[in-house]
Amino acid sequence: MPMPAGLTPSRSLPQIAALVVVLLANWMVFPDFFQVRLQDGRLFGSVIDVLNRGAPVALLALGMTLVIATRGVDLSVGAVMAIAGATAATLTASGHGLGVVVPAALGVGLVCGLWNGLLVAVLEIQPIVATLILMVAGRGIAQLITEGQIVTFVSPALAAIGSGSLLAVPMPVVICLGMLLLTALLVRGTALGLMIEATGLNRLASFYSGVDTRAVGILVYVWCGLCAAVAGLIVTADIRGADANNAGLWLELDAILAVVVGGTSLFGGRFSLVLSVVGALIIQAMNTGILLSGLKPEFNLIVKALVVLAVLLLQSPALGMPRLRLPVVRARRTRP
Amino acid sequence: MTGPADTPPLLRIEGLVKRFPGVLALDHVDFTLRAGEVHGLLGENGAGKSTLIKTLTGVHPRDAGTIRMDGAEIAPRDVADAQRLRIGTVYQEVNLLPNLSVAQNLFLGREPMRFGFVDGRAMRRAAREIMRGYGLDLDPATPLGQFSVAVQQIVAIARAVDLSARVLILDEPTASLDAQEVAQLFATMRLLKARGIGIVFITHFLDQVYAVCDRITVLRNGRLVGERAIADLPRLELVSMMLGRELAEEERQTARAAPPSGGPPLVAFKGYGRRGYLEPFDLEIRAGEVVGVAGLLGSGRTETAKLAFGAERAGTGAVAVAGTAARLRSPRDAARLGFGYCPEDRKTEGIVGELSVRENIVLALQARRGWLAPLPRREQDEIVARFVRLLDIRAADTERPIQTLSGGNQQKALLARWLATEPRFLILDEPTRGIDVGAHAEIIRLINRLRANGLALMVISSELEEIVAYSRRVVVLRDRRHVAELDGEVSVERIMTAIAASA
Repeated sequence: MPMPAGLTPSRSLPQIAALVVVLLANWMVFPDFFQVRLQDGRLFGSVIDVLNRGAPVALLALGMTLVIATRGVDLSVGAVMAIAGATAATLTASGHGLGVVVPAALGVGLVCGLWNGLLVAVLEIQPIVATLILMVAGRGIAQLITEGQIVTFVSPALAAIGSGSLLAVPMPVVICLGMLLLTALLVRGTALGLMIEATGLNRLASFYSGVDTRAVGILVYVWCGLCAAVAGLIVTADIRGADANNAGLWLELDAILAVVVGGTSLFGGRFSLVLSVVGALIIQAMNTGILLSGLKPEFNLIVKALVVLAVLLLQSPALGMPRLRLPVVRARRTRP
Repeated sequence: MTGPADTPPLLRIEGLVKRFPGVLALDHVDFTLRAGEVHGLLGENGAGKSTLIKTLTGVHPRDAGTIRMDGAEIAPRDVADAQRLRIGTVYQEVNLLPNLSVAQNLFLGREPMRFGFVDGRAMRRAAREIMRGYGLDLDPATPLGQFSVAVQQIVAIARAVDLSARVLILDEPTASLDAQEVAQLFATMRLLKARGIGIVFITHFLDQVYAVCDRITVLRNGRLVGERAIADLPRLELVSMMLGRELAEEERQTARAAPPSGGPPLVAFKGYGRRGYLEPFDLEIRAGEVVGVAGLLGSGRTETAKLAFGAERAGTGAVAVAGTAARLRSPRDAARLGFGYCPEDRKTEGIVGELSVRENIVLALQARRGWLAPLPRREQDEIVARFVRLLDIRAADTERPIQTLSGGNQQKALLARWLATEPRFLILDEPTRGIDVGAHAEIIRLINRLRANGLALMVISSELEEIVAYSRRVVVLRDRRHVAELDGEVSVERIMTAIAASA
């Protein structure tokens, strides 16, 4: 597989540095932070916990990265998680096996994504408004599926998706890694990544070059819906139930944040899936760190905001101006 | 005050040498500027114009040579020092502060003071007075950014001149101005000329040289080619001074030499049009033929191109390719039919600025193959290398964003984008607009070469001489309607007559 475009050392430095700083800070407030132990064939420890808890947002960030790279945004991913979770829980509770439940939940996610894609790419409604519709309506749909109840289930098979492990690695982490590989293969193993970046940077020029900008638009939202459904499935499996009101609540914002922290511009264009996942981990590492440090959870939001601000400042073209602009000016001047 | 031989000229540069690592950027260049003249400094990209200016104003230290002003030797250390020596410079990108008012910009760093405070009223009054001197009655309290680029440029000039400049250097000031703004700028230049200021004017546009310059100096590859009065310098001679070769006068006639063979035309539009967009037209184009499209701005030239490429959908009519009816409802359809299109507005419709030169070149081919069949990187590199060589695309690194290239090279890269798809029919909308003279000639030569290789081309241009140079037939448009199709001996006069004829 080709090297992911945009994952150059200089570009990925701010994110990696931020992750290292946050992890070190966690280690300082909680010396056992990096301790990992094996118990019942599964790894445990704070670091593992960061990976495990960060998986849903990382999954959302994967799909969100593609959407944002086309200069769009998907506000409905949290609601789609709820719908997929509700679907999975209700079907499981009524006695269906994994062979039905998983495809159904993922299928629901695909349909949601298709809906968003049609609104944005075919009807050309602004992404923020188009996906707001499902963001609002989605929770209603999820409640209709669960008939207003919190549906719980007993199904070791489904629960294993949330709390099981594979080769000692927690299942959510395994699934997230798998989706990262799959998504990377989808966009970098094919020419889709180039089409996405071209469409995001200059839709008209791409259209005039024969790029099927409409299909690209639909595809990214469909993939985003799928990623959200996987995340919803994990959360539902983890809590062994579906809460239509609270599953995935506000996670769309964390996902957008993860993508932006990962260096993909909201104006579309160059993107890096790996860095978006790093962005999600930064956010989760902070959540965990604040929890471990014994600080009040209220601080969580403020500290999160500060760290995000720091990463964004490092990427800011305004602050980088003297460094980034000068070579250009100099190049012009030395032009013989 | 045009200096007779006995009084020293305003500015005299002799034997200027500037070396950059590995390059001799200026090789003993002489340059003379008289008071009260507009002196064009011309040359292709890389000829040394900018280096000359920057060495003159002290941005670059010089390696040899003398600079004299009124006969006295000077040695500016930087731009501010040059300004003190009464040499003012205005660059293409206005380097003023758009958020500050016109008055603040004019007096930045030398505000009139009163009791230790900036005297805003006096400043605004003086600013208004200054701008009136340029024929602009504007409110000096308005932020500069709210004015057009032309006005901003005039404010920049006013500031430079008010800092007591006697030599004013204008480095490609017209690059981002429209025709009316250019006229406004020229009026300002003539005004300053009458006041005895010597103006050095750098431009790529020949029309502007003839419109405003008194004399010109041409540089090529860092050497002085010559200095001439513009009044007795034929255009073709000026171009060949800049290009260093006789502009292919012979190429002008070859286009019409070989009439295409029989059989069905490659592309045939019949009753093709859309209500309110373009009146239905009939047009046939054969392989190995260039059809020129002429008309005034807004006459429907670009509309013709967009309909022919499926970028806009036709409401009526049919299109046949090589004798069979074809579906043409999107650029994708067009690309599949072997069409290619280089739009007029390169920046918003052509290049994807932040993608690399390579990605821009392979984009159309990749789109036609579909995203599931990615071009292997090795194959991409081969394609890019081939077209960089074939079209002489000057890019330091094809992995850098295409927006870092000059206009001419961007245009060539766009041509490469379509040539990589091995098209049968190319539509070029103003392919030579906004590019320098050297690239200009190359693109005209390229059009002829593609035609000779059997491509069918539709070329839109507002430069009639150019159209005549490569077209066998010319379609003339007026008021969104194809009003004439000229065949046989096409000349500028015939096209002009057709454009001007009343309906």
